[in-house]
Amino acid sequence: MTDLLRAQDLTVRRGTEVLFKALNFELSPGQLVWLRGSNGSGKTSLLRVVAGLARADGGTLHWRGKPIGRADDYRSKLVYLGHTNGLKDDLSAVESLQFLTTLHGRRHSSEKIQSALQRLGVAHRRKLPTRMLSQGQRRRVVLARLALESSAGIWVLDEPFDALDDAGVALVQDLMHENVQRGGSVLFTSHIPIAAAGFPISELRLQGMRAT
Amino acid sequence: MNGLLAILARDLRLASRRPTEALMPVVFFVVAASLFPFGVGPEPAMLKQIAPGIVWVCALLSSMLSLGSMYAGDHADGSLEQMLISGISAVEIAAAKSLAHWFMSGLPLIVVSPLLGLLFDMAPDSIGIMMLGLIIGTPVLSLLGSMGSALTLGLRNNAILILLIVLPLCIPVLIFGAGAVSAYEVGLAPDGHFYLLGALLLLSALGAPVATAAALRISV
Repeated sequence: MTDLLRAQDLTVRRGTEVLFKALNFELSPGQLVWLRGSNGSGKTSLLRVVAGLARADGGTLHWRGKPIGRADDYRSKLVYLGHTNGLKDDLSAVESLQFLTTLHGRRHSSEKIQSALQRLGVAHRRKLPTRMLSQGQRRRVVLARLALESSAGIWVLDEPFDALDDAGVALVQDLMHENVQRGGSVLFTSHIPIAAAGFPISELRLQGMRAT
Repeated sequence: MNGLLAILARDLRLASRRPTEALMPVVFFVVAASLFPFGVGPEPAMLKQIAPGIVWVCALLSSMLSLGSMYAGDHADGSLEQMLISGISAVEIAAAKSLAHWFMSGLPLIVVSPLLGLLFDMAPDSIGIMMLGLIIGTPVLSLLGSMGSALTLGLRNNAILILLIVLPLCIPVLIFGAGAVSAYEVGLAPDGHFYLLGALLLLSALGAPVATAAALRISV
């Protein structure tokens, strides 16, 4: 059985408004999918469904042939980074990452976390409470979780390039590429064009139901 | 279990970073209870008689103080989402948060309650009975409070709504907690009250985290 994520006839509503319906897509190992659509077309809602945070109003989402709610190994492969960073203001970058990775059953030594922060260029601020970091630095701390991953994972990233400078964007693209090369898959949204990435990207377009 | 310990350790560490905020419930507890003699008059016999009730009501109110922010902070910064997708069951998350709440706003009250007992001239035996009642009863307050806090997550002005949901549910704890001391003071055995408090604790320990978990899944 391959590590295939398959969505069939997915429907998601917000209130009474149908965001999308009968959406079919597959996310297979080694695939990088750019989820595109206008504002309000349901990109974040779809990512939340894929992450298992929200339930679809119709259709199914299977991983290795099982619904994601019952696929135990799905969660151990999943990395979801949403709009919010999931950092506590009063904890340092190292403490926050230690907590988040322990929570996900991937405990790392502080040296390993430090080298991940190093890669993201925020190691010199690792001991400060995250409230003292800039928006972009906080984003880099969160993205250091990607640098900690060493196995093929399913990455669901909501606007990972938000608040990052050009060097940061290139760095995150490298990380995504590494995961894809390991046989992982990435589903992400982004408002900035990343055509120059130098590796193949598939696109998934959400057409707003009310548009056209 | 690892998840529970990780969340508990993180919450306690967060509290230690904001010591003034963490001390708020116990300061409120002491200040509120010591206002009563000014209000009802300094008659020692009467104060002694109403002391257990005062201590319990103040314990109840002060443990409600921090409920509004119990899940709100984690909800706003995305920590709650990360907890929910981590594979740790939502019930375990709810249990961990309730336990952390008790450590921060139940345990300190138990520690300072003898002080209030002395202030109201309670007998040492009565103080012991009161503390035992608080030990069994305050976890119930945290468990029920966690449920109210999760139910009102994401609503504006949720603090009042939490009180309206949680306070009525806490009345039995208040009755049996204060009742144990009163019973002892008139020469009756307080055991029955403790058994009932224990039953309330078991019931809420089994039921509240499950209800909280369901509420969290809806709110997030």
